[in-house]
Amino acid sequence: MRRRFVTIWFPFLVTDWMARQKPALKDAPLILYAPERGRMVIKAASKAAHSKGIFPGMVVADCRAIFPDITVVEYPTGKAEELLEALALWCMRFTPAAAIDLPDGIVLDCSGCTHLWQGDAPYVAHILGRLGNFGYHVRAAMADTVAAAWAVSRYGRNQTIVLPGEQLSALLDLPAAALRLENAVTEKLEKLGLNTIGQFAHLPRTALRKRFGVTLLQRLDQVSGFEMELVQPVQPPKEYFERLTCTEPICTAKGIEIGLGRLLELLCNRLAAEGKGLRSATFRCHRVDGDVQEVSVGTNLPSRNAAHLMKLFELKTGQFQPDLGFELFELEANAVESIAFDQTAIWVETDTADTAAVAELLDKIISKRGTNVIHRYLPAEHYWPERSYQLAASIHARKEIEWRTDQPRPIHLLPIPHVIDVTVPLPDYPPMLFFYKGQRHQIKKADGPERVEQEWWMQQGEFRDYYCVEDEEGKRYWLFRSGHVDGGRSRWYIHGFFA
Amino acid sequence: MSQPTKQDIVQELRTRILAMQGVNKPGSDRRSIGLGNIEMAFPGGAFPRAAIHEFTSLEPEAAAATSGFLSCLLHSLMNRKGFCLWVSSRRVIFPPALKLLGVDPECVIFVDLQNDKDVLWAVEEGLRCSALVAVVGELRELTFAQSRRLQLTIEESQVTGFIHRVLPKSENTTACAARWKIHPLPGIIEPGLPGIGFPKWQVELAKVRNGRPGSWELGWTPIGFEHFPKTRSNTDTKPGAAKYA
Repeated sequence: MRRRFVTIWFPFLVTDWMARQKPALKDAPLILYAPERGRMVIKAASKAAHSKGIFPGMVVADCRAIFPDITVVEYPTGKAEELLEALALWCMRFTPAAAIDLPDGIVLDCSGCTHLWQGDAPYVAHILGRLGNFGYHVRAAMADTVAAAWAVSRYGRNQTIVLPGEQLSALLDLPAAALRLENAVTEKLEKLGLNTIGQFAHLPRTALRKRFGVTLLQRLDQVSGFEMELVQPVQPPKEYFERLTCTEPICTAKGIEIGLGRLLELLCNRLAAEGKGLRSATFRCHRVDGDVQEVSVGTNLPSRNAAHLMKLFELKTGQFQPDLGFELFELEANAVESIAFDQTAIWVETDTADTAAVAELLDKIISKRGTNVIHRYLPAEHYWPERSYQLAASIHARKEIEWRTDQPRPIHLLPIPHVIDVTVPLPDYPPMLFFYKGQRHQIKKADGPERVEQEWWMQQGEFRDYYCVEDEEGKRYWLFRSGHVDGGRSRWYIHGFFA
Repeated sequence: MSQPTKQDIVQELRTRILAMQGVNKPGSDRRSIGLGNIEMAFPGGAFPRAAIHEFTSLEPEAAAATSGFLSCLLHSLMNRKGFCLWVSSRRVIFPPALKLLGVDPECVIFVDLQNDKDVLWAVEEGLRCSALVAVVGELRELTFAQSRRLQLTIEESQVTGFIHRVLPKSENTTACAARWKIHPLPGIIEPGLPGIGFPKWQVELAKVRNGRPGSWELGWTPIGFEHFPKTRSNTDTKPGAAKYA
């Protein structure tokens, strides 16, 4: 497909914006200044000021002396970038790829878009008309390359469309500055009497490089399209994205459901064709008054099961407030992964279909109650009981080490060890009896101690001496003493209950 | 050709009634799960897999014993494959200890929720998923209507459901197939040796639908359940409970 670009130039961007804010300033000579090296220097001048011969770079005091009735306002720093970004986003209605061209322009990659406006000329005219209605002075041009469009939009004489393949011939009459050259190079060209591009475009390349540097050749190549020029869109194009526009605003839950169902079908068909599944998706509803509402869902395993995804969304679509109705639905797959059936079959002992069914169940729980409610554990290489297991990253994660089975561990572990009172016959002996929650437990059988040291690289503190004990009723507990037996100052804790 | 005896007809009718009630449907899994003579307490002499089992425990030690016994049942049911869901609002299970009771901790998916209402919802969703082997729900209260709802869900999916009620306010009637009570007993150990040994429990089947309640002593060793001769008579159960036997 032939690439086509439109560049839009706002010669009076900031002053036009000020005139939009304060209609009184429209058509009035207005200059914006900023301090520079101790002087007030003009940064921008409105069209009326421009026609009086005031240009950016002049000193405010001089202009005031000549035109005492001129309006002088401080230049809002950073406003131009802000405006350009907003305008570029607005321009995304004409093409999905709109980029900022600092300091005062926008580049649209309109390849394959213009037929929707019945051709190139109506397309550019439409853009110029819409922006002109906002009150901006705008010039635009369309060409096969960004460089050619840029030159024509800035320096062309009432020309907006450069025909395909005609970039260089269209530029022959334009001045050398139209090539976006450095000032030094432009001056040197002018000194040699090479005022228009036509005068040097066909000179031998070696001679041009020797005298004016490689940039000139590069710029010429960019005009003719021999060298690519990259455009960085303000919003990167979304890869897995479906939209559904409605002729009538949708206010009912059933209507939203139908819209979502259609979008899901489109997206899932595409994912199925590419062998992929989505991990997270966002469903956006644009209301007629400009409000945008969205819900997101995530899945444990890549999924392209429209019925399952529909169920996940159904748990959340109740939050929508359609009021006057939604006019546009968008569905975007934020994270997409390949579905590799063969690999999962090798790695998981259980049936793949079973794992997928379990993953769908977990998705349902997560979408209702959040991601932090599901826990699956794998062994961790730590002796400290609280750190001896870790969260598994996914349902497919496999243990790398075996669970330890050489020491007894209680089935119930208290989240925080509870202090108990004990009677100990001798140091390093298990207690004879202990009191827990006001109840006295006479110990009949005991085993221990099992010393668990602190992992000093993670945490400081006393070691623990664990004892497994059983009282006269057959109830089994896991007790520990924190630290050395040191004049009876060591503390005893209950940490768990054995089965 | 001999006429079917009265006893045969009664047996046949009984099987059909049980199937209608959702217990031991023809074609359901009737393999033993190693509980030995405890299984004889259930109708048809088989542990009902597609059913809700209710466990009540009134103190933390009994709760730990119940969790241990549940893990041993899961070991038999899962048989080293598949996943099981453990839904709870106040979880104290220590995952590494499950391995000591025969369950691979990585095959247990814990769902930690805020309240009993959410737990019930998650249990019901879990029971609906026939890819799971079993669902354990830890909660406090279970009304008759809720238990009936869970039982109806199970009849579709054939997943085993365990409800562990810790410190319930009252032991109300539920639609569960069985009500178990597990109490710890002094561990199994050779006389004279130190330590606390393998776990041993007093397993009480307080209620069995269409079965015979009873009480048994049961231990767990790495090779499986170990049965002990009864210390308490099995006849002290309610009169009339055995009328279907």
